[in-house]
Amino acid sequence: MNYRMAKTGKLMIEILPNKCDFCGCCVGVCPEDAIELKEAEISIIDERCTNCSKCIWSCPIEVIKFNKNGLPKVVSYEK
Amino acid sequence: MKNDYDIIVVGAGPAGSIAARSAAEKGVSVLMLEKDRDVGYPVRCGEAISKAGVEEFIQPNEKWICAKISQFCFVAPDKSEVWIEFGDAGFVLERKIFDYELAQTAAAAGTEIITRCYVYDLIIENGKVCGVKYESQGEKKEVRSKIVIAADGVESRVGRWAGLKTEIDFREMESAVQITAANIPINQNALYFYFGQNVAPNGYFWIFPKGNNSANIGLGVSGIVGKKKSALSFLNDFMNEHYPNAPILTQIAGGVPCSLTLEKISAPGIMLVGDAARQVNPLSGGGIASGMIGGSIAGKIAAEAILKNNLDHILSYDRAWNDRLGKRHEIFNRIKNGIYNFSDDTFNSLAKTFIKVPLEKRTLGRLFTQALINKPSLLVEVAKVFVI
Repeated sequence: MNYRMAKTGKLMIEILPNKCDFCGCCVGVCPEDAIELKEAEISIIDERCTNCSKCIWSCPIEVIKFNKNGLPKVVSYEK
Repeated sequence: MKNDYDIIVVGAGPAGSIAARSAAEKGVSVLMLEKDRDVGYPVRCGEAISKAGVEEFIQPNEKWICAKISQFCFVAPDKSEVWIEFGDAGFVLERKIFDYELAQTAAAAGTEIITRCYVYDLIIENGKVCGVKYESQGEKKEVRSKIVIAADGVESRVGRWAGLKTEIDFREMESAVQITAANIPINQNALYFYFGQNVAPNGYFWIFPKGNNSANIGLGVSGIVGKKKSALSFLNDFMNEHYPNAPILTQIAGGVPCSLTLEKISAPGIMLVGDAARQVNPLSGGGIASGMIGGSIAGKIAAEAILKNNLDHILSYDRAWNDRLGKRHEIFNRIKNGIYNFSDDTFNSLAKTFIKVPLEKRTLGRLFTQALINKPSLLVEVAKVFVI
């Protein structure tokens, strides 16, 4: 399988797209400026992310998860 | 819209609008860009502010005042309540309308404003910020300026692109969640603060009245706490216990940077204001008034720099901010570190002692004195408040 690649290997930080409130906590604590937040869109800039998990700890509503298997390149949102 | 301005302000919250207004009033050209569709929405705030904090910048108006505050109620972990009366201390705002109105005052002073403009990078030439790159209506564009004022909120990315260190330690980020609920039968003139390990460890839980028996109910927790239990989970527990059937009108998340102001809030061609500069009062988490103060200082200095044709003048902003509030925030931050580490027993015994003081003699100062008896090392910090 093809994985998304972070700065430090496989990307393991996963933002659950439909739960986010776009509040910006994670962006403020990210040491690598690796999160892009627009009006109602959020995404990780893969090549900057170091999987440090600070965004996960600072998310007030549990929208960001640590996926230890890594994120596959093509993400399907359907269950 | 022109392609060159004296000043560009990124973000149209209270800090951005006051920065834009303060500059435009001096006759320089100002453009303010907002990433969202509307100025003032979505709101990410508990919406409480002191009366003095408002009046320095705008005449209070019923249109955006939901509740007038004259009392505080501190609730200890054992649920004992400590009431303090104040007279007319402050307001709970309707930020949607308040922010909108502030932006209108900036516009009246001559600021051009555009919403749905997402700034994604800076134009930097010879080490100086010379404008911004933005996305609007699906197109990428550029606009130049002599000075950029970054009022881009808790995210604070614009400053990073200029080489300033704006990242906040996750332990100092209070990750917050709040609902506005109806049918909450509280005193509509009181702010309620709950303390304790079960409701809001290392922070506080709040209920602020919003008129018509509705209220803002929320809390913030540090990333240290958030590692184990999220703010949302604390809020759900509280609501299930106290108001299980309250209708929820709004639910929002947000981050409150409860830290010291950044070490540097200006650099060639750029100034940071409000949450982006970490100008929040680290003890209370209040950022509207302090953001507006930061904005007004920055806006005035930026305009002076343009008018004097001396752009290096903007570097005096750091010092001006520190003299007005920055140094005071250092003290608040130390007090926060003292109080937020109180155990539930300390809070309970504090409440028990204080309740014996007659209502008319209760002041925040006296409450604080009691806190000192429980933690004498705080005395040194308090002494500094009066010495500095």
